[in-house]
Amino acid sequence: MTTAPATIGRVIGQRVKRKEDPRLLTGRGRYLDDVTMPGLLHAHFLRSDVARANITIDVTAAREAEGVVAVFTGEDLNPHIKGDMHTGPAEKGPLTPLSVGYVRHVGDPIALVVARSRYLAEDAADLIDVDYEPLPAVVDFEAALGDTDHLVHPELEDNVCVHMEVPADDELAEIFRTAAHVVTDTIRQHRYIPVPMEPRGIIVDWRPVTNELEIRISTQAPHHVRAAAAKITGVPEHWVHVVMDDVGGGFGQKAFLPRDEQCVILAAHLLGRPVKWVEDRRENLTAATHSRTERVTATLAADEEGHLLGAYIDHLDDAGAYPLYGSGGAGAFVAMLFSGPYRMGKLAWKTTSVYTNTCTRGAYRGPWQMETLAREQMLDLLAHRMGLDPLELRRRNVIHRSELPYTMPSGMEVAEVSPEETLEQAAEMIGYEQFRKDQAAAAADGRYIGVGLALYVEPQPGMGPMGSEPAHIRVAPEGHVDVYLGSGAHGQGIETTTAQIVAEHLGIDPDDVAVHQGDTASTPFAFGTGGSRSGPMLGAAVLETSLAVREKVLAIAGHMLEASPDDLDIAAGVISVAGDPTSSVTLRHVAQTAYHNPAGLPPGMEAGLDISQRYAAPPFAFSNACHVVTVAVDPDLGTVEILRYVVSEDCGVMINPNIVEGQVAGGVVQGVGGVLYEEFVYDDDGNPLTTTFLDYLLPTACEAPDVEYGHIETPALTPGGFKGVGEGGAIGAPPAIVNAVIDALRPLGVELLNQPLTPPRVLEAIDEARASS
Amino acid sequence: MDEMTVEVSVNGETHKGSVEARKTLADFLREDCALTGTHLACEHGVCGACTVLVDGQAVRSCLMFAVQAEGSEVVTVEGLSPNDGSLNPLQEAFREHHGLQCGFCTPGFIVSVTAFLRDHPHPSDDEIREGLSGNLCRCTGYQGIVRAVRAAAGAGA
Repeated sequence: MTTAPATIGRVIGQRVKRKEDPRLLTGRGRYLDDVTMPGLLHAHFLRSDVARANITIDVTAAREAEGVVAVFTGEDLNPHIKGDMHTGPAEKGPLTPLSVGYVRHVGDPIALVVARSRYLAEDAADLIDVDYEPLPAVVDFEAALGDTDHLVHPELEDNVCVHMEVPADDELAEIFRTAAHVVTDTIRQHRYIPVPMEPRGIIVDWRPVTNELEIRISTQAPHHVRAAAAKITGVPEHWVHVVMDDVGGGFGQKAFLPRDEQCVILAAHLLGRPVKWVEDRRENLTAATHSRTERVTATLAADEEGHLLGAYIDHLDDAGAYPLYGSGGAGAFVAMLFSGPYRMGKLAWKTTSVYTNTCTRGAYRGPWQMETLAREQMLDLLAHRMGLDPLELRRRNVIHRSELPYTMPSGMEVAEVSPEETLEQAAEMIGYEQFRKDQAAAAADGRYIGVGLALYVEPQPGMGPMGSEPAHIRVAPEGHVDVYLGSGAHGQGIETTTAQIVAEHLGIDPDDVAVHQGDTASTPFAFGTGGSRSGPMLGAAVLETSLAVREKVLAIAGHMLEASPDDLDIAAGVISVAGDPTSSVTLRHVAQTAYHNPAGLPPGMEAGLDISQRYAAPPFAFSNACHVVTVAVDPDLGTVEILRYVVSEDCGVMINPNIVEGQVAGGVVQGVGGVLYEEFVYDDDGNPLTTTFLDYLLPTACEAPDVEYGHIETPALTPGGFKGVGEGGAIGAPPAIVNAVIDALRPLGVELLNQPLTPPRVLEAIDEARASS
Repeated sequence: MDEMTVEVSVNGETHKGSVEARKTLADFLREDCALTGTHLACEHGVCGACTVLVDGQAVRSCLMFAVQAEGSEVVTVEGLSPNDGSLNPLQEAFREHHGLQCGFCTPGFIVSVTAFLRDHPHPSDDEIREGLSGNLCRCTGYQGIVRAVRAAAGAGA
């Protein structure tokens, strides 16, 4: 056992180097495509080239091609599905494994070729003859809402996927009639998408004699995959074994079991031979999941001083072609979280999600972040109309600590948050007052610089399958510790943070803790990694289980040392009597006793040193942050340069500040990409135009700002005091950047600007403002 | 499909085999040489995840056929650190500065930066960002990567 100074407080909160890194830095990680096995076959999808069409298909030539083992059409594959493909509780709507006779978007899978190699599978797919009879495509989601002539799903009466509303009552109507200030506008967010660097992939091996369905998959949620695979194949859950190794990013896209992976599972189940499918980048861009693509028309009412009295939100988003876990469900959160970190009297809303002939919408980092984008843009608009500085308007409305817990007008309650403190810290760090002076000086020189603010509260839902989290900790007989988690970490460093929590409480070094996840045969059932839940929920589960193990260790050691457990401490793997280091016993000795010498245990104590517990989370917990960014806009070129980017965040107790800052920065730069560079484009016929990284522009190191961090630690009341931080960067960045660009262009008359802020759009906005002034 | 013989030195070891002419160098390294540290993330030469050194030059192994590497010396990420599991100074800097999260793009960065620092031992910050711009990372926002390269350059890695 390694020796390290072991005092309580020494590991949690430290910038401990990650356990994951050595294997990943040396090319010794193991991602899905790195795994092979004897007899492995390779799958390739033939996908629709047309957005909406009736089709006929002939696979005769493909079936005879070299190396081909099988070619499945929907007629071959679909009858074998044994259960509902919808793997979540809420969604409904038409969905089949492969499409038959009719396609609903470019990328819609219509055949699956299985061959000896991927090269041969793709060769054979070229021999499939598809006859398309194109139909008018429903591409514009705003037009789709009222279009009953062109239905994405002819089985339905209209293109509506989900609709929910809480109508305005008389009191809110009266507020809008009488308020000193009422502003209404429409905020749009374009289509930008998760793009994990590792595309999706799966290996499926059905062994008919032993009835084992072995699945290896790039996922965020191995236990979800297991349950869904059991449902669609009819193989009982206890015969389904799912494994995930290293996963190259997900950002929500790998949170559930998508349709393509379900097709591969069905195909392998039929073949009884192992099949691998790894999507290529074009598939990932056109046929995995899309996101954002939404619109909010918001009306804000404020009194003379700018205090928010009420709001009405009309939200519309694009569900894409098919229902997927959570389709449309984000809209209710957009509405219910609209008041965010501010006091607001009344709120009413409606949200609609519509089908279009485009790629299906899925979860993406902060799936409901439209609430922050819309609110923060609307606040700047209100401030501008009132002649107030945006910082001052926020100061007048932000929830003070003394007002907590605060019940939002939607009924959700926030507590243990610090929006006011993060606002002030961020303003201080950026030098807000000085910037305003610099801005005036720059304007005199004909330079356009601006500052943008965005505050938000970030929820960590703890409902339904997300409502509890397990941890299983086993002190092995030699005194080393194994931790088994139901998580699906894909870059979050959960091995490291888990080891920190365990090491802290068992008085050992993080190197003496091995963290195992991703294997359903050895780990307890859990929802997986997503929803900013790993810090607060996994952290709490690991903490509570660590404390239970610690209690048992101290009880055994106390019995062995003839001392009260209350008088014992653990450090460097040694349990000793406080003040008498000579009276001590090693953790190894305690473990040996627990397993090999039950007679040496306190009377009545169960043998072994192996505890599994499940932590039940509150329905909602919140972290919060404030982003403030300064930009320079070139009015001749339309380019935006980020000058400084500051995030003041409060995720409660930080387990590892490096990982917190890494999550923040990663989200921020995804927001930078979304606002300034990334846009997934369809033409009017539903043809995707951005199908490579030459067209869909991810930010590089040259476009990424240096992010400056301020930390405020308001502990949650849950065990450990940890809160979530995974999604916030991507929530705060878009409105902060948009507000900064508008702020820079106000002297030119620009009042509202919608993303993406590419140079042509910025120039267009400047031209429009000049024309109307 | 016709096969051709190819003989390539990979990380100092000779790999001789028969491959289809259309097989990419990346697939050859991953499948025929069992060196899976070279990753494929776009297969059209933009993301840099598959970067390897061919006769000292950083190249995208998804854009090269294996047979084009005939007679060449190839170095992959597996060849950049000792086999005892320890990290080289550049890798250590990435770890120290949290320059990776999911790790999928990381081998490409390590190989690219190895060539970059060899050619630009004392880079400015702008040169570092420019030097990194041929590799895409979706997790880190590049913060730790830039810091790691700066630190490694300062330490003479």
